[in-house]
Amino acid sequence: MSPTKVMEAPVEPMAKVIVNDLSIEMATANGTGSQSANSIFSKTLFRMGIPVGPKNLFPSNIQGLPTWFTIRISRQGYTARKKELDWLVGMNPDSWEKDVKDLLPGRVVLYNSSELSDGPLKSRPDLIAYPVPISDLVRDKIPNPQLRKLLANVVYVGALAQLLCMDPEILFSVIRDNFKSKPKAVDINLLAARVGIEYARERLPKKDPYRVEAMTGEKNANTGKILVDGNTMSALGCLMGGCTVLAWYPITPSSSLCETLIGMFEKFRVDPATGEHRYAAVQCEDELASIGVVLGAGWAGARALTSTAGPGLSLMNEFAGYGYYAEVPGVIFDVQRVGPSTGLPTRTSQGDILEAVYCSHGDTEHIVLIPGSPEECCEFGRIAFDLAEQFQTPVFVLTDLDLGMNFWTSEIPPYPTQGFKRGKVLKPADLDKIGTFGRYLDVDGDGVPWRTLPGNPHPKAAYFTRGSGHTEYATYSEDPDTYARNLDRLKKKLETARGALPRPRLEAVPGARIGLIAFGSTHNAMREARDQLAEAGLKTNYLRIVASPLPLEELRKFFDGNDCVYLIEQNRDGQMEICLRAGLRDGCYVDKIRGVHHYNGLPIDARTISDGVLALERRPVVSSGNNGSGGGRV
Amino acid sequence: MSDSPTQTPVKMNRAGFKYTDYQGLPTTLCKGCGHNSVTNHIINAYFDLGLAPYNVVKPSGIGCSSKTPAYFIHAGYGINATHGRMPSISLGAKLANSRLQIIGVSGDGDTASIGTGQFVHILRRNLDMVYVIENNGVYGLTKGQFSATAEPGAKLKTGEMNDLQDLDLCSMAILCGGSFAARCYSNDAKMMRALIKAAVSHAGTAVLDVISPCVTFNNHDGSTKSFDYVKEHDIHLNEVGYVASWDPPEAELKPGEATKIPLPDGSHLVIRQVSDQHDPRDRLGALKLLEEYRKKGEILSGLIYINPDQPDFTRSCKLNPERALAELSEADLLPTREQITSYLSQHG
Repeated sequence: MSPTKVMEAPVEPMAKVIVNDLSIEMATANGTGSQSANSIFSKTLFRMGIPVGPKNLFPSNIQGLPTWFTIRISRQGYTARKKELDWLVGMNPDSWEKDVKDLLPGRVVLYNSSELSDGPLKSRPDLIAYPVPISDLVRDKIPNPQLRKLLANVVYVGALAQLLCMDPEILFSVIRDNFKSKPKAVDINLLAARVGIEYARERLPKKDPYRVEAMTGEKNANTGKILVDGNTMSALGCLMGGCTVLAWYPITPSSSLCETLIGMFEKFRVDPATGEHRYAAVQCEDELASIGVVLGAGWAGARALTSTAGPGLSLMNEFAGYGYYAEVPGVIFDVQRVGPSTGLPTRTSQGDILEAVYCSHGDTEHIVLIPGSPEECCEFGRIAFDLAEQFQTPVFVLTDLDLGMNFWTSEIPPYPTQGFKRGKVLKPADLDKIGTFGRYLDVDGDGVPWRTLPGNPHPKAAYFTRGSGHTEYATYSEDPDTYARNLDRLKKKLETARGALPRPRLEAVPGARIGLIAFGSTHNAMREARDQLAEAGLKTNYLRIVASPLPLEELRKFFDGNDCVYLIEQNRDGQMEICLRAGLRDGCYVDKIRGVHHYNGLPIDARTISDGVLALERRPVVSSGNNGSGGGRV
Repeated sequence: MSDSPTQTPVKMNRAGFKYTDYQGLPTTLCKGCGHNSVTNHIINAYFDLGLAPYNVVKPSGIGCSSKTPAYFIHAGYGINATHGRMPSISLGAKLANSRLQIIGVSGDGDTASIGTGQFVHILRRNLDMVYVIENNGVYGLTKGQFSATAEPGAKLKTGEMNDLQDLDLCSMAILCGGSFAARCYSNDAKMMRALIKAAVSHAGTAVLDVISPCVTFNNHDGSTKSFDYVKEHDIHLNEVGYVASWDPPEAELKPGEATKIPLPDGSHLVIRQVSDQHDPRDRLGALKLLEEYRKKGEILSGLIYINPDQPDFTRSCKLNPERALAELSEADLLPTREQITSYLSQHG
């Protein structure tokens, strides 16, 4: 057993007690099974009724590289990542020295003293350290040698729970539920948790101020809620939206969306009597094929989906333009990660805005939905299929790695009250009633033509679909006027769509003259950032964009009501700002725009936002660290 | 045999469709292009088979060949996709509605270069479709560059010689798990029609590698895909007889006279040896023959390989053709509120 002597410098017990307000980071090595233990710990906090924000900051690696899991615990409901750490759980010798070095004064370290030397701690007498000889404990107490590495993680969870004064019964209940299909796993995990709890109780007197207490009754922040990743909720939305064809190519961080959806298909879409499948899932050879399958299926009348990330979206450009121009429905999820190129494949970003909105060569614009929460992932996933068929065009849903792969507290999504909106499809009886069928005729004046589906036997029904120039009657044409007329109609169609998309979400404050605009996963940090700004004397209005073509009317109104509008984005170049400027054009709006940009691959935190705004307002900022953010840009 | 050398436009087929239902717009390809012959063979074969034109889907890629679906079966549904991506569009359409009969048309630029990946993987999946490659060894619409099926030593019109290895699409089809590989000269009406019918009746990806000369850019001395060269080097491996389910039974075959291969729709093939003794169900034998003839610089034509028992993709996907995915409604697709609540409870 390694020495348990800690720092020479005595740590004064802190006078104040901090309840349900801390940020914990587990520093482990990839592939050691820590994710499962960290999820158990997160769920325990969730079941205690505490607002919790777990985030996995992992490398592009199967085994060995350092990985970090952060858990934000906040009685105030701030669940975005916090820049400053309060607790470190040190498990990884490779990152140990830097993990300790990065801690702010007075913070807490629980570490595996069997593996990690106390060297780095010697120069940090300000820290509160809890050495736990985890490897020795598992060797002595866990009978199954092959499980020891895995269960070491559960030991630190137990020790952590004890040190934070948590009720172990809730932890035990989560372990029981987590392994309910494997009774042996329940017992061994409970044993490991108890080993950690007992060691901490007997050997580690409480020296730090942090406590975690259950929030019950009215204070329970999680009543009726679930703790879920966005990809699961996106998949559920697609299932509820009637998706029947899934074509995909594995890519982080999108794969789990497809795999979860396939699991749902197998559960809900197999006829128990006949074995018939009411779905088709194809793992394609590449993303070119994935979107091809989606468009082929959409053209023939099925609700089809592909899900990808930036590199896949780049490959899909040509077919996306085809879908726009030949007017074929399809749904494309992009779970954004850091680009360009391979970039940081396991880190988060909002860097594909322009890529999605203008996906293709030539004059193109797509419908893009941008959910800001897991329940919106579900809702937008579902309505994406309606919109794709109503407007006969590819619809993109942009989430990101943070929203897609991390656990978020979510509402249970509402059950759909309306049927599928299948758009303008002519059946044989409809064709009997009309004189001629022009596939690309703007019959209704909304830019949206009528279509028929292959297999329709009516003599007027057949038409020829092509990505080359075509007339209103779907015949080949290179005639200049015809071409321009068609492009104009497509623009009109997107104008019609602009009014049919989910509306932006406004949170206005009386007397506020500063506007904030954000979208997507950034929403998670906005309430905290706005509270920080209010504390610094800045009252803010907040508009969240959820779809493009942008809601120009609402945006103009928002700009009119604010002297200055900060656009907060998780990309370097202000991609949404570029779209906004293109849409609003007029100087009375665009001159008010200022950008706050965060693009280091970590989920955005509230302080980056509030400091970015404060800096541009020429007021003192709170945090000194840049942490890879661009800060404010005018 | 339901083949007849000439069709009169007023003629109806046994399913009650007019010959004109199977025709298309006038071709815009060059006069004398091999592809126009292929178009005519498709019209005649589909008319003979009596397939409902509205159930025919005609995907294609980009290039001269890919324009041809506009020239046949106007009462069917054409979809001219992007370059090399005909197979993925076909796959999507077939999954959406497995009653649709797919005839994809592609060229050698489409299949042997830009879309090689999709070619390979549609073969692996064995999607039930006819996959026609109108193969002329040259890019026509971009005015005469070599394609990847041009043989070493082949000359362009400019005199430029190809020194790269050619891709043999029949060998590729077999190696990549395909269940049907045939080769034919575009102007060989008898063999073309029999092979198209066999391809339609086959349940799986049926590759027809049609050597279809380009009259404008690849019909000169030194070309290995000119009309003269192909006629001179076309070696019939076998004679393919297509017998539809409704055709009168033919006389009993004598042992060794021919090979009878039943197909899933009740039709069957009668394969008679011409150049070599070969059972087209022999995969290794097929590859060996292709390689032998490639070495000799000869074009081996006929039904080279067929595996009628390999399961096709929509069957593997357990789709019900009577209830196409495209036709399913909320009642078929939406889980109940209770099912969703129960599913989500694992996240509580």
